[in-house]
Amino acid sequence: MTPISPPEPFTVTTLEGAAAGHDPGLQPDELIHAYRTLLTVRAFDEVCMKLQRSGRIGFSIPNRGIEAVSVGAASALDKSDWIFPSYRDFGMALYHGVRPLEMMHNMFGNGADAAKGRQMSVHFSFVEPLHFVSISSPIGTHLPQAVGAARAFQMRGEDRVCLASFGDGGTSSLGFHSALNFAGVWRAPVIFLCQNNGWAISCPSAKQTASESYAVKAQAYGIEGVLVEGNDLLAVREATRQAVERARSGGGATLIEARTYRMGGHSTSDDPKRYVPAAELEAWECKDPVRWFERYLAGVELWDEGLRERLEAEVMAEVDGAAKEAEQTPAPGLETIFSDVYRDLPTHLRRQGQESFEMAQRLGDPAAGDGAFPL
Amino acid sequence: MTTRTLIQAVNDGLRSAMRADDSVLVFGEDVGPKGGVFLATEGLTEEFGEQRCFDTPLSEDGIIGTAVGMAMNGLRPVAEIQFQDFIFPAFDQIVSEAAKLRYRSGGQYSAPMVIRTPYGGGIRGGLYHSQSGEAYFCHTPGLKVVIPSTPADAKGLLLAAIADPDPVLFLEPKALYRTVKGDVPDDDQPVSLSSLRVVRQGSDVTVFCYGAMVPVASGAAEAAAEKGISVNVIDLRTLLPLDEEGVLAEARKTGRVVTVHEAPRFCGYGAEISALIAENAIEYMEAPVRRVAGFDTPFPNTLEHHYIPDQRRVLDAIEEVYNF
Ligand SMILES: Cc1ncc(C[n+]2csc(CCOP(=O)(O)OP(=O)(O)O)c2C)c(N)n1
Ligand SMILES: [Mg+2]
Repeated sequence: MTPISPPEPFTVTTLEGAAAGHDPGLQPDELIHAYRTLLTVRAFDEVCMKLQRSGRIGFSIPNRGIEAVSVGAASALDKSDWIFPSYRDFGMALYHGVRPLEMMHNMFGNGADAAKGRQMSVHFSFVEPLHFVSISSPIGTHLPQAVGAARAFQMRGEDRVCLASFGDGGTSSLGFHSALNFAGVWRAPVIFLCQNNGWAISCPSAKQTASESYAVKAQAYGIEGVLVEGNDLLAVREATRQAVERARSGGGATLIEARTYRMGGHSTSDDPKRYVPAAELEAWECKDPVRWFERYLAGVELWDEGLRERLEAEVMAEVDGAAKEAEQTPAPGLETIFSDVYRDLPTHLRRQGQESFEMAQRLGDPAAGDGAFPL
Repeated sequence: MTTRTLIQAVNDGLRSAMRADDSVLVFGEDVGPKGGVFLATEGLTEEFGEQRCFDTPLSEDGIIGTAVGMAMNGLRPVAEIQFQDFIFPAFDQIVSEAAKLRYRSGGQYSAPMVIRTPYGGGIRGGLYHSQSGEAYFCHTPGLKVVIPSTPADAKGLLLAAIADPDPVLFLEPKALYRTVKGDVPDDDQPVSLSSLRVVRQGSDVTVFCYGAMVPVASGAAEAAAEKGISVNVIDLRTLLPLDEEGVLAEARKTGRVVTVHEAPRFCGYGAEISALIAENAIEYMEAPVRRVAGFDTPFPNTLEHHYIPDQRRVLDAIEEVYNF
């Protein structure tokens, strides 16, 4: 048997930022919007880290290192498409116009949060400006759902697609197998975006799969598979653009593996120093996706240090302001424990709700914990 | 005796079982070099090597399915599910396979294994890092379900679970991992499964509880004592198979009963205790059994302290049955 040599990820720009005549299909203002989104993700990360360290929120998921994957992929989608995100996709929501304030309401779990403070932080859900489907913690459950939603578009003859995002760890889930299998059989208009960031908490890829890549798994399901350099924003955009085109034109599903690296802990509760080799971090540092995109922008004369400074200050002010406002926003009311379980409140929940109101009135509010999440 | 936290006692139990028996294996997501996300398996890979304490791919179905195969072929798997909320991909392997293997093979095959998993709220984990799913599993003949509430029991019950000939689901109250400390025997003293623990003797009202609700019920009993009510607090420890005679004896003793759990009330474990008493000890009862439980809603995040029964809610129920 001849060993298959691992393919090199597909790139569009060199590390120096040269794109050799590649047409990204984005106008200058759209390129700057993508850049601004990268900086917003970074600012959001930074502010959340500070909020968590000072005990004002319980938990956050750092995006550092993987920003170009979500922003690049999102830039190839229309607002009419649906995203089935993972928890590490801040950039997809922000690119399409979700405001940092809406996300901060979730981080604080306050009464203005779209999910009424019921979910842990970073578990966003939006229907405007695009469908960014409610994030579930159990890994992989959303993948077959994306195929089902895509089938609905297909049946109604709509020119829309679903993009489902997940990690390298997510490829081991039951949902991954079912989703790729169904998508293959149905030629469903769906894009599976595997963000291979090297780690599933403390487990490196070698413990996740014996395959030469995640992209290669597509073959077995009869769908397209692409391996792309995840820190090259335009490469992720191009791979996604082609997959979207295939999906819209009836060509079925694509599995994209975007190879990137998690430049920090799994979450604010994780200490990566316990297991991440420093040398690997260093090797990826020079491929920082934001700096990489800046070099491309500079090459097409859209960027200089001044632009970075101006935009950084702008997005930081916005994110900071959002955090302050979200922190001041009151917690959800007691009734939100009982509403939305069903569309119509059943009798037993009405009774339990009344009992809890009555108890809160009689005995005062129970003591809240400190909200520090250990993972 | 050494003073340990509950999670340290779990670690002690695992270490001790692994030292005593080479066929004991520990595996799951992040349990290897990292030592588990809660550090329950810290240092085990170091001491026993990656052959005996190792990370798996991210698949609960795979973890439990392979554990069943190992168990039927002479190994003693102790599998960790990172959060009980993530056990459901493995529901089939637990409920259809591990629990039924002995029965369906006429006793030719069996699956002696332990599934350890942290359960319960109190860490602002929202819907999927807080659930108490014991009732799903207590409805599964062939499975044993164990929940410790003290460090000594965590070690003793875990040792008994690992030695047990049948599959055991070992639910660890994560809220107590680091908040309770207690003396733990240095040598191995297994605690028999299906035995109750009397937490506190009392003569007016009996409170049945387990896991993270034990300290809550004890606090309520303390507060009740100040009001002149003597409360008998019983830690059930093993939910399946239950020490039914023990429960009935403790219920008859006071004739007034409160059950407490974090899980939703409807079809929750309290209903089983209540039915057991209604069927077998109704003539001793001076008041209806009162159930304190989580609401019949998903587990909220920001308002979790309203959802989880606290001392005030338990005390309220104690007073209600006492004054009935
Ligand atoms: C079914 C399930 N099992 C376990 C977990 C706990 N968990 C949360 S994130 C994670 C690792 C995920 O790794 P990966 O899919 O690579 O995504 P990444 O965090 O690297 O973006 C694990 C094991 C979970 N959320 N769901
Ligand atoms: Mg990963």
